[in-house]
Amino acid sequence: MDKFKQKTEKKKVLLMGRSGAGKSSMRSIIFSNYVAKDVRRLPTTIGVESSTFKFLGNLMLNIWDCGGQGAYVESYLHDSAERTKVFSGVGVLIYVFDVESREFDTEDRNARDLVTYSAIVKALAENSPQARVFALVHKMDLVQTDFREQVLKDKSSAIRQRSGTFQRTIRTYGTSIWDQTLYKAWGMIVHSLIPNLDVIEGILSDLVGITEAEEIILFERTTFLTVTSVKSEIGERNPYEDRFERLSNIIKTFKSSISTFTGSSTSSHQFGELYIKTTRFNLIVAMLTTNTYALIVLPPGEVELQCTRLNLFIARDQFVQLAGFSDESRKSQ
Amino acid sequence: SNGIIHTEHSEHKPRLLLMGLKRSGKSSISNVVFHKMAPHETLFLEATTQIKKDSMRSFMDFQVWDLPGQIDYLDQSFDADSIFGGVGAMIWVLDAQDNYMEAIVRLTETIVHLQQSFPEIKYSVFIHKTDSLAEDYREDIIRDITQRVSDDLFDAGLENPPVSFYPTSIYDYGIFEAFSKVIQSLIPQLPVFEALLNTITASCRFEKVYLFDVLSKIYIASDTSAAELATYGLCSDYIDVIVDLSEVYGWERGRKDDGSKRAKDISKQSAESFISNVKGYSLYLREINTYLALVGISKEARFEPEKALVDYNVQALQKTLKKVLRRG
Ligand SMILES: Nc1nc2c(ncn2[C@@H]2O[C@H](COP(=O)(O)OP(=O)(O)OP(=O)(O)O)[C@@H](O)[C@H]2O)c(=O)[nH]1
Ligand SMILES: Nc1nc2c(ncn2[C@@H]2O[C@H](COP(=O)(O)OP(=O)(O)O)[C@@H](O)[C@H]2O)c(=O)[nH]1
Ligand SMILES: [Mg+2]
Repeated sequence: MDKFKQKTEKKKVLLMGRSGAGKSSMRSIIFSNYVAKDVRRLPTTIGVESSTFKFLGNLMLNIWDCGGQGAYVESYLHDSAERTKVFSGVGVLIYVFDVESREFDTEDRNARDLVTYSAIVKALAENSPQARVFALVHKMDLVQTDFREQVLKDKSSAIRQRSGTFQRTIRTYGTSIWDQTLYKAWGMIVHSLIPNLDVIEGILSDLVGITEAEEIILFERTTFLTVTSVKSEIGERNPYEDRFERLSNIIKTFKSSISTFTGSSTSSHQFGELYIKTTRFNLIVAMLTTNTYALIVLPPGEVELQCTRLNLFIARDQFVQLAGFSDESRKSQ
Repeated sequence: SNGIIHTEHSEHKPRLLLMGLKRSGKSSISNVVFHKMAPHETLFLEATTQIKKDSMRSFMDFQVWDLPGQIDYLDQSFDADSIFGGVGAMIWVLDAQDNYMEAIVRLTETIVHLQQSFPEIKYSVFIHKTDSLAEDYREDIIRDITQRVSDDLFDAGLENPPVSFYPTSIYDYGIFEAFSKVIQSLIPQLPVFEALLNTITASCRFEKVYLFDVLSKIYIASDTSAAELATYGLCSDYIDVIVDLSEVYGWERGRKDDGSKRAKDISKQSAESFISNVKGYSLYLREINTYLALVGISKEARFEPEKALVDYNVQALQKTLKKVLRRG
């Protein structure tokens, strides 16, 4: 098996934005299994809090949660040793804007949030020109529903204008810890980081072919973010286009209620298999490899269901062979 | 046709009243329980100025009335009959983090007054906002309130007042659990349901079994073994998962009904689900009718081998329940 093994890919992820913007809240919900109402008690981030998160077998996310208080920002930007340390070798910059901040006025060229942001992307461009930038306009729940779209549009275009060399590649999302938008944005972010996606999708497509499944979605085990998905022709017609982030949200919330039930606080509140049978569809969520779960949607009927269970075992083997999904790295758990 | 009771006159729906001082949390409770409002959103609720009537359509139809705290209902000029006539249960919401002496006085006055003209009303006191009490005092405060209300009622000449007490908070499952108990006190067939659920628990190695109203997630009966709030919470969140997944994937595909036996069989199925291996337990759910689902926690980590036996027993229960509900 060793010959399949690939070197671990380490990606540095910078999480930046003004103090109180919601960086640590997001990080705790996505990676540490907090739920939205738990994050009110998080302390302010002092300096940089770095954490490493293994996402799939061979992708290591090294997340730098950078405290947004003025003094720290000054030092990342102006102390040259600090500046190089923070901004070099970056894979992704996630910049969090607080939509309610009074210093984020899109009409004002000197709005402080935008000035700081443009200094930061400039430092990034000098040290890591290949990095990808995602800007999150956060706490959208505080904006009245009817205005959200317009607010996001205005804020996004102001951000884009200040993005320097990243102007064409930057992607912006509106987010809130109180709904699924958080999972949508983070799903897109990690999707952009995953190596050999095409091989993974190949295996899943084969599985769709064999099992008559409408849809197969692959989730990362701990975050339940969508790694990728494949659909049949029927699956394509599903009218709920936001279902991936919805599913992440649903299952993450449920995992947190499992932890309340068991009174444990570890980040791995597993379940074995979830099965649903209705008159319109059958659905299975089951562990595929040690670090992924697959959600499979099937037409109603008992035969299809059993047949798929069997094929799932076969696919499991294929995935284990695939570098990046190898079980080795998880043995210690 | 689905085993739902159709009451002849809508006025005869059992009525529940939410009463209490201003800002005690009545509207928050009815919004969280019946309108799925997120608890933190209640911060923006404005004072209620008129009686707000909600109805809960389920196996039995309930009305829930939210009574503004600012009105004096004991005033002579008030048409008490139109509000209190035909009430099944009254819930007094008492803010435990406030200075609660005034609330206790008003509560006692109200019960004493209503007892005379409407002796059939059952009373519950929700000792509310317990989440904001420091953990060290919580039990003391709950005990203090319970004691004072009981003493005051006793002093007023009510020796065995039909009053139950529940600590509640909209930030946890407590409010749903408490509401469930109030609703259960209005269900005449409760003992029958409980006996049926006890049988299931014993024969299928379940830790706990609930009969849920799927929409409100109030449980209308459970087996009679003791259980933690967290057990109810897990089952209730499990329903959310099933409801949400069914919404995302339950769209009409327009599959042809070829009239085959297979197609017929499928259309007659009731929805079912399980989750295996939740820290050594499994969860099981089965639709009973349009409104109700049976949800249980099994002591088996691997549910598959047990499923046939459980299905068999639950189907039997389903038949009996349908009969009981029809007779209503
Ligand atoms: N901490 C905490 N606050 C709560 C809880 N329930 C309600 N509140 C808050 O209490 C405040 C008043 O709630 P309302 O529901 O408007 O009170 P009300 O009883 O309907 O008041 P009136 O309409 O004036 O009679 C709101 O800010 C709620 O967010 C709870 O369980 N815990
Ligand atoms: N309304 C709202 N508040 C949020 C949201 N995300 C975070 N917050 C709150 O914002 C505050 C600061 O969050 P924190 O994550 O510590 O900010 P950081 O300094 O950027 O790490 C906390 O009180 C959070 O509860 C959101 O989406 N909506
Ligand atoms: Mg009110």
